[in-house]
Amino acid sequence: MESNSMRGKRAPKGVLRRLIKTVFGFYPVLLPVALLCIFINALVSSVPSVFMQNVIAIVEKNFATGDWAAASGPILKLLIILVTMYIISLVAGTIYTQLMAIITQGTLAKMREKMFDHMQSLPIRYFDTHNHGDIMSFYTNDIDTLRQLISQSLPQLTISGITLFTVFCIMLYYSIWLALVVVCGVIIMTVVVRYVTGHSSKYFLKQQITIAKTEGFMEEMMNGQKVIKVFCHEEGAKADFDAVNDELFDNSEKANRFANILMPLLGNIGNVMYVVVALVGGMLLLVKAPNLSVSGMALSISIVVPFLNMTKQFAGAIGQVSNQVNMIVMGLAGAHRIFTLLDEEPETDEGYVTLVNAKENENGEITECKERTNVWAWKHPHHDGTITYTKLQGDIRFYDVDFGYVPGKIVLHNISLYAKPGQKIAFVGSTGAGKTTITNLINRFYDIADGKIRYDGININKIKKADLRHSLGIVLQDTNLFTGTVMENIRYGNLDADDNECIAAAKLAGADDFIRRLPDGYNTMLTGNGANLSQGQRQLLAIARAAVADPPVMIMDEATSSIDTHTEAIVQKGMDALMQGRTTFVIAHRLSTVRNSNAIMVLDHGRIIERGDHDDLIKLKGTYYQLYTGALELD
Amino acid sequence: MISMMKTLSRSIREYKKASILTPLLVIVEVILECLIPFVIANLVNEMQAGCSMGVIVRYGIVLIIMSVLSLIFGGAAGATCATASAGFARNLRKDMFYKIQDYSFENIDKFSVSSLVTRLTTDITNVQMAFMMIIRVAIRCPLMLVFSFAMGFIMGGRLAMIFLFTIPILGIGLFLVIRTAMPLFRSVFKKYDALNDSVQENVQAMRVVKSYVREDYEKKKFGNAADDVKKDFTKAERIMAINSPMMQFCVYAGMVFVLSYGSYAVITSRGLDINVGQMSAMVTYSFQILMSLMMVSMVFAMITMSAESAERIVEVLSEESSLKSPENAITEIKDGSIDFDNVSFKYSKKADRMALSDIDLHIKSGEVIGILGGTGSSKSTLIQLIPRLYDVTEGSVKVGGIDVRKYDLEVLRNQVAVVLQKNVLFSGTIKDNLRWGNPNATDDELVEACKLAQADEFITQFPAKYDTYIEQGGTNVSGGQKQRLCIARALLKKPKILILDDSTSAVDTRTDALIRKGFREFIPETTKIIIAQRVASVQDADRIILMEGGRITAIGNHEELMKTSDVYRDIYTSQNRTGGEQDGE
Repeated sequence: MESNSMRGKRAPKGVLRRLIKTVFGFYPVLLPVALLCIFINALVSSVPSVFMQNVIAIVEKNFATGDWAAASGPILKLLIILVTMYIISLVAGTIYTQLMAIITQGTLAKMREKMFDHMQSLPIRYFDTHNHGDIMSFYTNDIDTLRQLISQSLPQLTISGITLFTVFCIMLYYSIWLALVVVCGVIIMTVVVRYVTGHSSKYFLKQQITIAKTEGFMEEMMNGQKVIKVFCHEEGAKADFDAVNDELFDNSEKANRFANILMPLLGNIGNVMYVVVALVGGMLLLVKAPNLSVSGMALSISIVVPFLNMTKQFAGAIGQVSNQVNMIVMGLAGAHRIFTLLDEEPETDEGYVTLVNAKENENGEITECKERTNVWAWKHPHHDGTITYTKLQGDIRFYDVDFGYVPGKIVLHNISLYAKPGQKIAFVGSTGAGKTTITNLINRFYDIADGKIRYDGININKIKKADLRHSLGIVLQDTNLFTGTVMENIRYGNLDADDNECIAAAKLAGADDFIRRLPDGYNTMLTGNGANLSQGQRQLLAIARAAVADPPVMIMDEATSSIDTHTEAIVQKGMDALMQGRTTFVIAHRLSTVRNSNAIMVLDHGRIIERGDHDDLIKLKGTYYQLYTGALELD
Repeated sequence: MISMMKTLSRSIREYKKASILTPLLVIVEVILECLIPFVIANLVNEMQAGCSMGVIVRYGIVLIIMSVLSLIFGGAAGATCATASAGFARNLRKDMFYKIQDYSFENIDKFSVSSLVTRLTTDITNVQMAFMMIIRVAIRCPLMLVFSFAMGFIMGGRLAMIFLFTIPILGIGLFLVIRTAMPLFRSVFKKYDALNDSVQENVQAMRVVKSYVREDYEKKKFGNAADDVKKDFTKAERIMAINSPMMQFCVYAGMVFVLSYGSYAVITSRGLDINVGQMSAMVTYSFQILMSLMMVSMVFAMITMSAESAERIVEVLSEESSLKSPENAITEIKDGSIDFDNVSFKYSKKADRMALSDIDLHIKSGEVIGILGGTGSSKSTLIQLIPRLYDVTEGSVKVGGIDVRKYDLEVLRNQVAVVLQKNVLFSGTIKDNLRWGNPNATDDELVEACKLAQADEFITQFPAKYDTYIEQGGTNVSGGQKQRLCIARALLKKPKILILDDSTSAVDTRTDALIRKGFREFIPETTKIIIAQRVASVQDADRIILMEGGRITAIGNHEELMKTSDVYRDIYTSQNRTGGEQDGE
């Protein structure tokens, strides 16, 4: 899968810029304020060393005499400035840390919503071609790395950057010679950081891949645990596990090793740098070398000493930055993946024919109206400005339809068929014959390659997708229910339906009986796709959900999984009730449901090979006959 | 808490050396790290006193040696720490996985698949991080604190008194912050998990969402939930964010004190009580002390956060398998006869409803038994007692005339092959999957078993034939094909008893019949038990058992049951009335 191969790769250039731009877009005021406060905080906290040094210089000058009165004046002045700066720094610090908490969580929430919103707009193709686990990890792993990046790395990077800059300026102010020594140290540090983080982030990214792999492995093994027991395959499972586990250990050990070594390495290079500055400073003092500085000050001990402190500060800031490198690499990789999701082409919709409430007078003329009338019409605006209304009836026709999931690879050939309002059309055929594919085309989950599909005489490409889908009901093979009450799950079909309508739908589906026996009846909470219900019960709820939507056209994909005979009969009854008076397309996995169809289409390799009603096809003694007599396998 | 630590620490094993070495190395590193500012302070003093170049060089050499040593120890600590924590995680994962392999069905039923996966991945990662923190930072920080504190007093003398003021403020402050924030974090993480569950639900149900045009509705629903999570998260994070300004405040307060009182003390005592060098050393130390206090609080927060993960891991580790091979187990199974003597069974001791009651059933070796019954009639439960996947609550189950609890488990399960209803193929080739039944099976034996299970035909139609790769979950084969592969896999065991739990539901009737015909012809001496929904699958069995609510309600062959059992007759007619019904499945 695409995103899987993306995992473990570094983000390309431009991702950071886009991320900052995105965050900035979310918080156009707060973010600059926070950055300003970070700036003030960093600036103010890097300057005090100068004041401290000045205080110490005054103390030095005066301590021999012990004259406190002479020293106290200037010291007090300096202290007042210092305290003022501290207060500014504290205020700025408090503001930015609070703001960053708000910005981080706000950004994550907005990002999540943006991802979710965008995901809703993606075509079904996306979900069919992407592993669901991979889609999920956008919301978990990638968002988590982003949190680290925004809440920690970003402020830290800004602070350290400012600190480095101001400290370096002060250094230049004091002595360019000594600053050069520091620059040499920085160059060495940078090389070391590049080397070490290059390795560690490589392994961290590798670790991410192995973690995903381990998760996949665990998922498979835990799912098959009972099979493992039945086959006494425990030892084999252990051996497979050991291989995966060892690989994870290997990457994790190496990644952390490099990451752990970095700090002592930098800290001690900082110490060495300190010594070298002391040595060079001392030497310069001894030989009384002329100083070169922005301030023009001569080199003295009162310059060398604060310089030493600044060296330490400088090295510390570099350490802070490099500490963030792994986070940044992983965070940007995560941001990159999130952006790829956001960049996925959304489902397009050029449709302009809409579904409206309508009234029909005695002459059969149709007019649009606002209130709910339970009569619907297609509103079709034309180029010349006129509007025609067509009554929604549920007449569906295929004209020579070709289709392929991948361009150039046609899986459905020359499909032509018609379903008049109220008719029942069944599709039968073996796995991969193209039964489900046809229904994917009616509601435009996928678009046809060639030919035409008309709904009530209107080309479905002209109909707005939302309206087209509103006019179609679907009961899918695998039932998906949502976390919420039974009532909410039924109402999903029609959000305007009141409780009575939902209950009526449940009755129609034959679900009312079991729902009333649930602990809280219609208010029973369902979780984990209705895990507390049986397969048959879930299907009944799905039928009720479709019933409450009350569409003129139904697509029913029968469930393949086996349910017991009794439940199956109830489900069948529910389906029959739902089909009553509607155009219905049935994808049959059991032939019992197709017998009373108006037409049965037997599909093979994407072609309709036989068509007709039950009796016709039995007489034909072709594939349908073989299926019917059990000589061929359905599903 | 202590027993939890004990259980976890059992997984350290070969990484004990690294785990102990790390803190030892850290101690040396910390000592050096604290001494370096001390030496530096002296150097500054010397320089200010106008020392010679020689002195500076001497100090420089000492400092460089110290730095190199500190680097060596620090680096070594980092390396051993990585090894120890990654190794600990590896062992922990291994112990958990191995433990789960020992689980009985009863144990497995207790945990959901997704919770086991989380425990084996995320929870272990959390514990690994905490372990790394504990052996490295958790020792480093308090040590740093103590050393800096001591050095502060040695160097700064009275100036160090300021710590008595700032440390309690910071300590109490940190404690309060963490204590308020932690419960918030815990509750919000639960909400966060629920939010992600809802995303997953949505992704899986995407076809439903789009069919009903509920995109906007879902967006709104998600938006509200995401907002809720955001609010709680922000609240918790804002409390945590107080840490940093609080820390800055203490540092600043210390600085101001050192600079004001310090300079006063230095000047008034003419540098005798406290000298300039001490003063600047104090500046360094006060920063270090507060920094390490800060780190301690972070480590503390992290450890508390991972405590829950640790608990979940220990839960798996301390779950005792409820089924074990007996000592002096019997390793020879005489024949395929099965006897249920007054068997009753319930899934958990606490359950008040029996899943099986008063089962008295005797099956001769080589007999073919069919079982019919609705959902919840405990058909699967009954047969799972034969290979001892569960132990009976009352009575006894015998295979070959001997109680199943006396056999060696592996021997028993190899002779009693079950094709489970919820069956699973594993990612790997068809051959790999088949060899689960018998690792030493030759290719010919594989083909033979597949022919018997009517799988050979479709396998040979695949381009890669028996080397066809099966995707995880067997998604690239159809339901009927999967079932036939699972039957072949079980046949390779060459068992004395073969149990098919609704294993041909997706197979067409003709193939189904061929499979049963093959059984009759090629493995006549094997006892066969077939659970099915279709009467046709069991019609020709020697005896058919009807079950309802955990009891056997009727037993006999097809003709007998047609005469005596209304239920059987009903099922039979309902499945044959509409003609194609039982054929089409």
